[in-house]
Amino acid sequence: MSEFVFLYRGGSRDGSPAEMQQVMQKWMNWLKELGDKGHIKDQGQPLERSGKLVKGKQKTVTDGPFAEAKDIVGGYTLIEARDLDQAAELSKGCPILERDGAVEVRPVMKLSM
Amino acid sequence: MEASEHLFRHEAGRMVATLTRIFGTHNIALAEDVVQDAFCRAFEVWKVRGVPENPSAWLMATAKNRAIDALRRERTARTFEPELSRLIQSEWTLAPGVEELFSENAIKDDLLRMMFSCCHPRLGEEAQIALMLNILCGFSVGEVAGAFVSTSFAIEKRISRAKRVLASSKKLFDVSAGVEFSSRLPAVQRALYLLFNEGYHGASSESAVRADLCREAMRLTAILIEHPQGATPATYALAALMHFDAARLPTRTDSSGNLSSLFDQNRSRWDSHLIAEGQRLLDLSATGPDLTEYHLEAAIAWVHATAGKTESTNWGHIVSLYDKLMTIRRSPVVALNRAIALGQLEGPVRGLEEILAITDRDRLTTYPFYYAALGEFQYRIGRYDRAREQFLKALKLARNPMERNFLEARFHACERAVQSNENLK
Repeated sequence: MSEFVFLYRGGSRDGSPAEMQQVMQKWMNWLKELGDKGHIKDQGQPLERSGKLVKGKQKTVTDGPFAEAKDIVGGYTLIEARDLDQAAELSKGCPILERDGAVEVRPVMKLSM
Repeated sequence: MEASEHLFRHEAGRMVATLTRIFGTHNIALAEDVVQDAFCRAFEVWKVRGVPENPSAWLMATAKNRAIDALRRERTARTFEPELSRLIQSEWTLAPGVEELFSENAIKDDLLRMMFSCCHPRLGEEAQIALMLNILCGFSVGEVAGAFVSTSFAIEKRISRAKRVLASSKKLFDVSAGVEFSSRLPAVQRALYLLFNEGYHGASSESAVRADLCREAMRLTAILIEHPQGATPATYALAALMHFDAARLPTRTDSSGNLSSLFDQNRSRWDSHLIAEGQRLLDLSATGPDLTEYHLEAAIAWVHATAGKTESTNWGHIVSLYDKLMTIRRSPVVALNRAIALGQLEGPVRGLEEILAITDRDRLTTYPFYYAALGEFQYRIGRYDRAREQFLKALKLARNPMERNFLEARFHACERAVQSNENLK
């Protein structure tokens, strides 16, 4: 088994309360299913959409947002999967995909290599 | 923990009501933004961590923190009530002041305050209901439009106009002012009644939407009953009426989702708990000299709900209740229903006469069930061709597939009857 990080990018935050609740329920179901199948190493954390960006030798500090709203990382999960293909396959159930968002699937580099 | 079915929607209503009280009605847009923001946080955190033990408290606490942020940010850009303006002048008083405004005692009547505010006398009944659904029940404009079978554009216009009227009153309605409370109460009861009816008889073809509207009306009525001054005989009667009707809701459509007439409904599937609760409420409504239209409609619904079979319905009692209703709140639809009941009691010829005797029946010519009633009596008399004609007219007025299927089935029944009559010749 190898480890992968799912980075959740973008995704619409609009919607009526009922819609938001529905989407939330889908997330909970999706994560539960991944967990039940033993694919979750760490369920991760949501990230605030604002922050600071520290950049360059000058160490200039600016306020976020740093990227287009559609590219902002909103959170991450640490996943266990056989290989990159399986990890990508697992990400296809993520509800963010129905809301204009994306899942970035990145293998965690192995020490032994 | 699982989130209860309408958690977000219901909490949205509560939170917007509280924040609007604090910010002032002219800042309702700010209140809505703060609530949206609180939901975004709940959404992000709960989807990973699960729903907390006490989601309502979690959300309200989040809304409070967001409100403090918003007040800090907006204190110079916006006008607030003098009392609040004073509190937010200094960091010393801002957080503790807002804390106080969110205390359990302070937020207790916010939904009721908002309910009364939505029934502003300058707003038409349709606007009042749309506003209630949007603010108190947490329906988006699109969802309200779906419930009313209207366009989002039209509903958006109606709601934003209504919000401007609401904003003009500056403060939420004061539910502790006795005289004003009593004088606005009938408008609130009427709006709740119409909201329920929109669900029960409304044009939306989705039964889930309709059941939602009925449930919302019942939930808001229950909130009204909790307030000592709101718990009047008329409110109890209104609540009783809703319970009796709601008890029959599951059988309004048959197993294939088609509208089913009162006569064909499987009465064993009527909800006996709701009927019992309705009965209790009806008893509570009989504690004074007041006899309102809600009392009479509840009594009519009670007679139906407690009749084991269509044949054992006490139609005489129902006719006499309609007679009284005609003196309190006469409308062509009430007159039509009375005529139908009379037809049940004294036969289809009498029923037909009675419908044709309704003086303002020209106002019923856009109502499919006016022609359906005429058709039904013609059918029972045996004039199948005339019945067929009436059902055809009704069919052209059907407002949704459910009504269309129901009327089509009746139309075909007439056609078959005409055919077999001709075969006999």
